[in-house]
Amino acid sequence: MSEKVRTRLEELDDFEEGSQKELLNLTQQDYVNRIEELNQSLKDAWASDQKVKALKIVIQCSKLLSDTSVIQFYPSKFVLITDILDTFGKLVYERIFSMCVDNRSVLPDHFSPENANDTAKETCLNWFFKIASIRELIPRFYVEASILKCNKFLSKMGISECLPRLTCMIRGIGDPLVSVYARAYLCRVGMEVAPHLKESLNKNFFDFLLTFKQIHGDTVQNQLVVQGVELPSYLPLYSPAMDWIFQCISYHAPETLLTEMMERCKKLGNNALLLNSVMSAFRAEFIATRSMDFIGMIKECDESGFPKHLLFRSLGLNLALADPPESDRLQILNEAWKVITKLKNPQDYINCAEVWVEYTCRHFTKREVNTVLADVIKHMTPDRAFEDSYPQLQLIIKKVIAHFHDFSVLFSVEKFLPFLDMFQKESVRVEVCKCIMEAFIKHQQEPTKDPVILNALLHVCKTMHDSVNALTLEDEKRMLSYLINGFIKMVSFGRDFEQQLSFYVESRSMFCNLEPVLVQLIHSVNRLAMETRKVMKGNHSRKTAAFVRACVAYCFITIPSLAGIFTRLNLYLHSGQVALANQCLSQADAFFKAAISLIPEVPKMINIDGKMRPSESFLLEFLCNFFSTLLIVPDHPEHGVLFLVRELLNVIQDYTWEDNSDDKIRIYTCVLHLLAAMSQETYLYHIDKVDSNDSLYGGDSKFLAENNKLCETVMAQILEHLKTLAKDEALKRQSSLGLSFFNSILAHGDLRNNKLNQLSVNLWHLAQRHGCADTRTMVKTLEYIKKRSKQPDMNHLTELALRLPLQTRT
Amino acid sequence: MGTSLDIKIKRANKVYHAGEILSGVVVISSKDSVQHQGVSLTMEGTVNLQLSAKSVGVFEAFYNSVKPIQILNSTIEMVKPGKFPSGKTEIPFEFPLHVKSNKVLYETYHGVFVNIQYTLRCDMRRSLLAKDLTKTCEFIVHSAPQKGKLTPSPVDFTITPETLQNVKERALLPKFLIRGHLNSTNCVITQPLTGELVVESSEAAIRSVELQLVRVETCGCAEGYARDATEIQNIQIADGDVCRGLSVPIHMVFPRLFTCPTLETTNFKVEFEVNIVVLLHADHLITENFPLKLCRV
Repeated sequence: MSEKVRTRLEELDDFEEGSQKELLNLTQQDYVNRIEELNQSLKDAWASDQKVKALKIVIQCSKLLSDTSVIQFYPSKFVLITDILDTFGKLVYERIFSMCVDNRSVLPDHFSPENANDTAKETCLNWFFKIASIRELIPRFYVEASILKCNKFLSKMGISECLPRLTCMIRGIGDPLVSVYARAYLCRVGMEVAPHLKESLNKNFFDFLLTFKQIHGDTVQNQLVVQGVELPSYLPLYSPAMDWIFQCISYHAPETLLTEMMERCKKLGNNALLLNSVMSAFRAEFIATRSMDFIGMIKECDESGFPKHLLFRSLGLNLALADPPESDRLQILNEAWKVITKLKNPQDYINCAEVWVEYTCRHFTKREVNTVLADVIKHMTPDRAFEDSYPQLQLIIKKVIAHFHDFSVLFSVEKFLPFLDMFQKESVRVEVCKCIMEAFIKHQQEPTKDPVILNALLHVCKTMHDSVNALTLEDEKRMLSYLINGFIKMVSFGRDFEQQLSFYVESRSMFCNLEPVLVQLIHSVNRLAMETRKVMKGNHSRKTAAFVRACVAYCFITIPSLAGIFTRLNLYLHSGQVALANQCLSQADAFFKAAISLIPEVPKMINIDGKMRPSESFLLEFLCNFFSTLLIVPDHPEHGVLFLVRELLNVIQDYTWEDNSDDKIRIYTCVLHLLAAMSQETYLYHIDKVDSNDSLYGGDSKFLAENNKLCETVMAQILEHLKTLAKDEALKRQSSLGLSFFNSILAHGDLRNNKLNQLSVNLWHLAQRHGCADTRTMVKTLEYIKKRSKQPDMNHLTELALRLPLQTRT
Repeated sequence: MGTSLDIKIKRANKVYHAGEILSGVVVISSKDSVQHQGVSLTMEGTVNLQLSAKSVGVFEAFYNSVKPIQILNSTIEMVKPGKFPSGKTEIPFEFPLHVKSNKVLYETYHGVFVNIQYTLRCDMRRSLLAKDLTKTCEFIVHSAPQKGKLTPSPVDFTITPETLQNVKERALLPKFLIRGHLNSTNCVITQPLTGELVVESSEAAIRSVELQLVRVETCGCAEGYARDATEIQNIQIADGDVCRGLSVPIHMVFPRLFTCPTLETTNFKVEFEVNIVVLLHADHLITENFPLKLCRV
């Protein structure tokens, strides 16, 4: 041996001892970190071409799997270390695979050994020889299993010969826990590499049964005494590995194999552990049809061994997925619950009960569910045991809700509300409430007035609402509001409108902190008023008139409590329209006045979805909408002509508009449209049973004169503005505004009026003056004028058209 | 280093048999052109024998190592003095593996007292200013398959306190019964050693069951001969207290280079044995020895 080789080997030995020593006396987290470090150093060693070191690390890691000194940690350790083994297996396989790839061709995924070249085969063989000479059994087993896939390079039969050999090799592992995990690993690797080879899986299972008696042997018992571990907490350590093995075998397995496996498990004494794995791994249908057998077997199990509640839990999980025979169902529940109810430890109890709730809900009526809920309450109340089991209790609620879509039935389960009382931690309670409301919104088809539902759900909604505080996130509030609104929309007392209104009143006082809910309530009340009108076919009796006024009052006092300015504006307008429709004229006036006096408060910027946006476009939109309503609002007898329009104009005039915006002028143009419409003999639309200004004034000349005066003022404003736009940078705006004003006059004005006629010609020139106008638009406009001039009474337009020259392109 | 010399043997596993032609290439790579006084290739095969200190004493062991036995030695001149161009130059070669009439081409074997090794050495002689370059590379010789059919020779064994020899106080031993069999003690070197072992009963817990592969090397010399047994490898087949009555497989792969077909010549012998070692708790160690005969088919 050369000097170099010797020092290298010594270094590696150091590494070996170091890592072994360091792993004693560590906390679990340290241990996990240490293993993660090993994983990293494996990758590093591999990347730096130190293959021997990499192998050493892997051997070192797998050696840890023979150590059972902290036995409860073994399953976690197994997971951590097999992860490293997987990494190693992958690295080796990929390296050999890459050796088979030359510049010309890549090996296909399903290659045969002939495709692999000699160098690759030799390297592969080398790995297997190296591994075969590992001294200790457990590392040798694990490392070889980890590179099982590499057999593909050597021979077609490699894997199918290797698997049975490795399976036999596990027989040499004395500790039953270590050996069952080794089997689980082999099954896992086997399923991954060669899923068609079922034989070894079965062999693993049967070998395991042969060694099953060891669990109760002296060696294991002594070990447990030394470590102070009780049998009921030791046996469940087997479950993950066994479940895996059983699952591998039962996957697509024929019924006969399952039956055989079950029979063999039955024969062994003290087989609770086996039963449990059978139940967790086999098809649920298989288990469900034999439920009574299983219950019998569970009952026979030894009390001191595997915890029974785990067995019942496993059975319950199966029954949640598959249905047992009809005739057995009640008996199964009775037998199971008889045992479950006797469980002393609340944690054990709730884990088991939670699973069985699903079965109960699926197959039985509210009576049984009620009994079960009562039992859970009885077990979980002493010593406030529920505090430690909120997740399970939540699951129970969810399962119950999922099966009872009819909420009147659900709330008639007597113990349902007392069950809810167990959720005393606010966050959990709100979660539960949300679940209930979601289910209600999803499943409730018909509006309801069932007092039981209303009472219960109001309580639920109140709980949600009361959880809102200054720290509640916007999203959360939106969610809660959505749920509460969903409920409000589903409440209907039919023709009993008074009752309905008082429900809304009550809701308002309950949910005052959630703005969207208040908005919903206002809409609901408005809707209620309109319903009333519909029922009365527009002719309110004294009683309904009073009721409608009550509705209107409700809205009027609720709107100011909202924060969103446009929400308020729109609701004022909307409610005003409703009031108008119900002939509450002075109330409608009040709404509109309120809206007008609110406009000066509209801020320049508003927050939309978390971003600050200029508000003008929204204001413009609102005002246009407002104008259309104002057309039909009759003037108040004690105020002057068009007092609302005047007031609005004053507000618009005083509002501080953006410097570089033409919105104010756009609004004025709209006002012109409104005024033009108002001067017509009969308005375009009306509200039934409301006399608008057209019939009030009947085209009175004084009214028209007032109207004209207003028009002139507004037009003066517009022209003034157009003048200020005569600067270079604003010419384009001037042109387009001018054209739009021209269009307005064209559409709404009487062009037989000479002054107006002249103004329009001027505007036409203005629009074209600086070459800013779009020629095509101008041409189209002119064509339109010519076309209209051909209509009767429109001759004067011909003359106008002659006075409108088109600018040449040059 | 500007210039490098490398030998690439054609077969990936470097395994050759007597009578075959050993072929490959010598690769010379350099950034600049290389001036040289000729390149030659030498094939050598030797048996090195070493006497152990135990059998002949320290001094003798040091001085009296038996003279190596040369099996092969031949040299060919590959390239006459000249110049290699810059870059990579590959010079192919072929060497017939023939031995002189009275010699045998033994199989490659790396042991402690006996070493059978075959090497290829490439020498590039250079002018006084530059150092000569040398590269050695081992290749492996497998002996020809043995004629005649291998007869399997299964062995059954039973180990109890009564069957043991070299026991001081038999009464102190815990009771146990271990049964098993080896499928054959005549083994094909490329096939694993197989068998089964069953712990039928044991009072004491089993700690470990191991297979110890042992080489027995005998060197003959003027003063007589030295015979030494040393461990090649130790393979654990059972770890911990194995299940009673359940057969545990005996399986051991013979390591390459460290094993060869059992060899007996006038000057030296290489033989192999396997020990089944059972460790019980309370430090009882039970060993059962089986001589093996390895061969190549």
